[in-house]
Amino acid sequence: MKKIGFLMAATALVAAGSAHAESHEGRATDGHLNIIYWQAPSLLNPYLSGGTKELEASSLVIEPLARYDETGTMVPFLVDEIPTVDNGGVSEDLTTITWTLSEGIKWSDGTPLTAADAVFTWQYCTDPESGCAQLSNYNDVESVEAVDDRTIKITFSVPKPFPYGPFVGAQSPIIQAAQFADCLGAAAPTCTDANFAPIGTGPFVVTDFKANDVASFVANENYRDPMKPAFATLNLKGGGDAASAARSVLETGEFDYAWNLQVEPEILNQMAAAGQGTVVSAFGTSVERMHVNQTDPDPELGDERATVAHPHPFLTDPNVSRALSLAIDREILVEAGYGSSGQPTCNVLPAPAIYASTNNDWCLNYDPDEANRLLDEAGWVMGDDGVRTKDGERLSILYQTSTNSVRQGTQALVKQMWEEIGVETELRNIDGSVFFGGDPSSPDTFQKFFADIEMYTNNFDGTDPERYMGNWACAEIPSPETQWQGSNMQRFCSEEYDALVVEFGQTAALEDRAALAIKMNDMLMNSGSIIPLVHRGGVSAHSNTLEGVLMNEWDSELWNIADWTRAE
Amino acid sequence: MSDQDRIFAQTVVDEVEERPRTLLRDVWSQFTAHRGAMAGLAVFLVIVLGVSFGPFIHTIDPTYSDFRARNQGMSLAHPMGTDNLGRDMFAQVLQGGRVSLLVGVTAMAIAMFFGTLVGVLAGYFRRLDGILMRVTDLFLALPILPLLLVIIMLFRDTLRKAFGPEAGIFLLIVFIIGITSWMQTARIVRGDVLALKEREFVLAARSIGTPAHRIILRHVLPNVLSPIMVSATLGIATAIITESALSFLGLGFPSDFPTWGRLLFDGANFMTLTPSRVIWPGLMLSLTVLSVNYVGDGLRDALDPHIRGR
Repeated sequence: MKKIGFLMAATALVAAGSAHAESHEGRATDGHLNIIYWQAPSLLNPYLSGGTKELEASSLVIEPLARYDETGTMVPFLVDEIPTVDNGGVSEDLTTITWTLSEGIKWSDGTPLTAADAVFTWQYCTDPESGCAQLSNYNDVESVEAVDDRTIKITFSVPKPFPYGPFVGAQSPIIQAAQFADCLGAAAPTCTDANFAPIGTGPFVVTDFKANDVASFVANENYRDPMKPAFATLNLKGGGDAASAARSVLETGEFDYAWNLQVEPEILNQMAAAGQGTVVSAFGTSVERMHVNQTDPDPELGDERATVAHPHPFLTDPNVSRALSLAIDREILVEAGYGSSGQPTCNVLPAPAIYASTNNDWCLNYDPDEANRLLDEAGWVMGDDGVRTKDGERLSILYQTSTNSVRQGTQALVKQMWEEIGVETELRNIDGSVFFGGDPSSPDTFQKFFADIEMYTNNFDGTDPERYMGNWACAEIPSPETQWQGSNMQRFCSEEYDALVVEFGQTAALEDRAALAIKMNDMLMNSGSIIPLVHRGGVSAHSNTLEGVLMNEWDSELWNIADWTRAE
Repeated sequence: MSDQDRIFAQTVVDEVEERPRTLLRDVWSQFTAHRGAMAGLAVFLVIVLGVSFGPFIHTIDPTYSDFRARNQGMSLAHPMGTDNLGRDMFAQVLQGGRVSLLVGVTAMAIAMFFGTLVGVLAGYFRRLDGILMRVTDLFLALPILPLLLVIIMLFRDTLRKAFGPEAGIFLLIVFIIGITSWMQTARIVRGDVLALKEREFVLAARSIGTPAHRIILRHVLPNVLSPIMVSATLGIATAIITESALSFLGLGFPSDFPTWGRLLFDGANFMTLTPSRVIWPGLMLSLTVLSVNYVGDGLRDALDPHIRGR
């Protein structure tokens, strides 16, 4: 350790001598950095785990060809420029993309990064026996070839209007062929050494990794920018909960950076008042939304419960859903549960800006009178007990979500708001591991949706909404025939929408894609099958002595850690 | 007999009749001599009366959220402050107390019934002993959480339909807690019964032909009452705490249905901001458990003929 420290210092001295004029003096001059991820990473290979914590931790070490910056724009990392149709990097028929690696990039062990590593990464992830968690990034990839040492050519089996799936973003970094050569296929999970300490091109190198506990890193001597990273050593600690992680940065100052602080805003504000650190948030595509069941979840239907064979008795009426939406004061939900990390929204696709619709903003105006009028018009008569009825059917809703104090707070507020328009609400909360677990034998999963309304957050990776908007095609409806798999939770089904999904996959121009995405979003909103509530941002906190943090929801939050420095 | 003598005799008779020595009276006088037990009983009664009649005096709806008045400290309008959604804590503590106490007492009653039944049968009838104790072992070995998941999954919708969401869940929870906490009582009772049935008075009763059920009711049960009482008081406390754990996992009552355990869990994060959110429910929970334990302690002393009168 001492030896490495000496080497670091020597390198730093050499680096400091070079011509770069930066805010910091050079590589490894700013000492030690402490990061807390209260969900600890279990390994450092994102291909073997879909979890965000593994993805983020591994982004310190291994890198993709290009990342998304804090605005969602692609920035080259291991290449000099992003291939497009204009610069000839993407073929006219949209079936191939050619990347050229920057010159002189080395792995942390000193060997050069070559196109063969990218080819290997593709083989590693697409091996049918490897169980790769990021397989969807390589959808429709027919082949990846190393044209020469620095040129990677990816061929798709279909025209890809958005060919930036493979090797872009934190989900698909490049791993070293030499290190993982014996870890193909079924052997992948057994390569513990490689999975715990991958060799990478990133700013840091793993020195010690304890699964689900702590990982230690030192600055990478072979990092491409001789001035970076500023920190000589880094510790990434896991454990505890969101509130205690926030406290360790904001109140006690033990840590420099804490991730994913889902804590009630007043608690976070109180901690931030201690003056040790700053709370930062960034908005990606996450939307806390309600899915409105279009099918009947009545238990008496037995096996046909919540299937398209039985439409919901009243929630298929867009006016009822519109009234429910109008009766929710989203500002209050934001203030109670999200603070600066939430904004009211009326769209299930709120970002990036070009895809965001403005046609549904009526829902931002809390208007219980209009809601009451809509329900009166639809024939729902207010009963003596304050609950509306129509043809003997009570306007009674079972409203479920996962167990989380912010969500239960939202539920309680919404219940009261709906009471005012004569809607009876029964609340149910289900443990997150069951609700999101997808076990087909449990009745409580969000796919089975044995309730009238369910609430959770979803988003999409990267910036292209094609796959996300495809979630609501008829074929995506979970049913006993599909073993309750599928992403169309509310069972929305429209031929017109399905046609748009197909059209999306064949449209290349960005403006046309944006128009299509907006049209699809509006169709979903007008159907009333989704009630968006809050556009949620990620919340993290950093110490006041840490500079250079650019909170990013489109890629790893640690995407620019090479630029982080210690303030004087 | 002279008048004087007659008057004297009458006085003696009066005195004797004034304090007839019944079992109940002995127990009560011993119980009242136990200061801790009396204090416990007083506190417990105050809590029971408070949660029973409190909501008629403090009439704020516990689930009504007044959003402008959130995270408030103690005031006249909100004697225990409000939570982060502006719900009145006092109303929630009162409402939560009703549920928690009801769950505790009912679940305890179920557990005591099964525990005593199994314990006495296993201890008294040798032929039943093996099978009943194996059943007890089986229940002890059951992993409670998966069992709960299965039971709730199987019966929640049926019960919800039959009794409505709240009553249905109440029955389910009380039943689950009761059915998973009778085993210790059964073991303790069996042990005591095994020892008791070899004693001379039981032998004497049997030798004059007293039928088994009468021996059990007249001679055995009163003598195992003290361990049962102690388990019962501990059982109330465990049941209240188990219920709160269940609610926390989302398996219990709906989240807008306050119980002491849930109030504590919800308030934990707000401890530094509004301490009253954890202090009051925590205090009520501890006081209840403590007072019930003291009552149990006093009852044991009062019911045990060896200790009584000393």
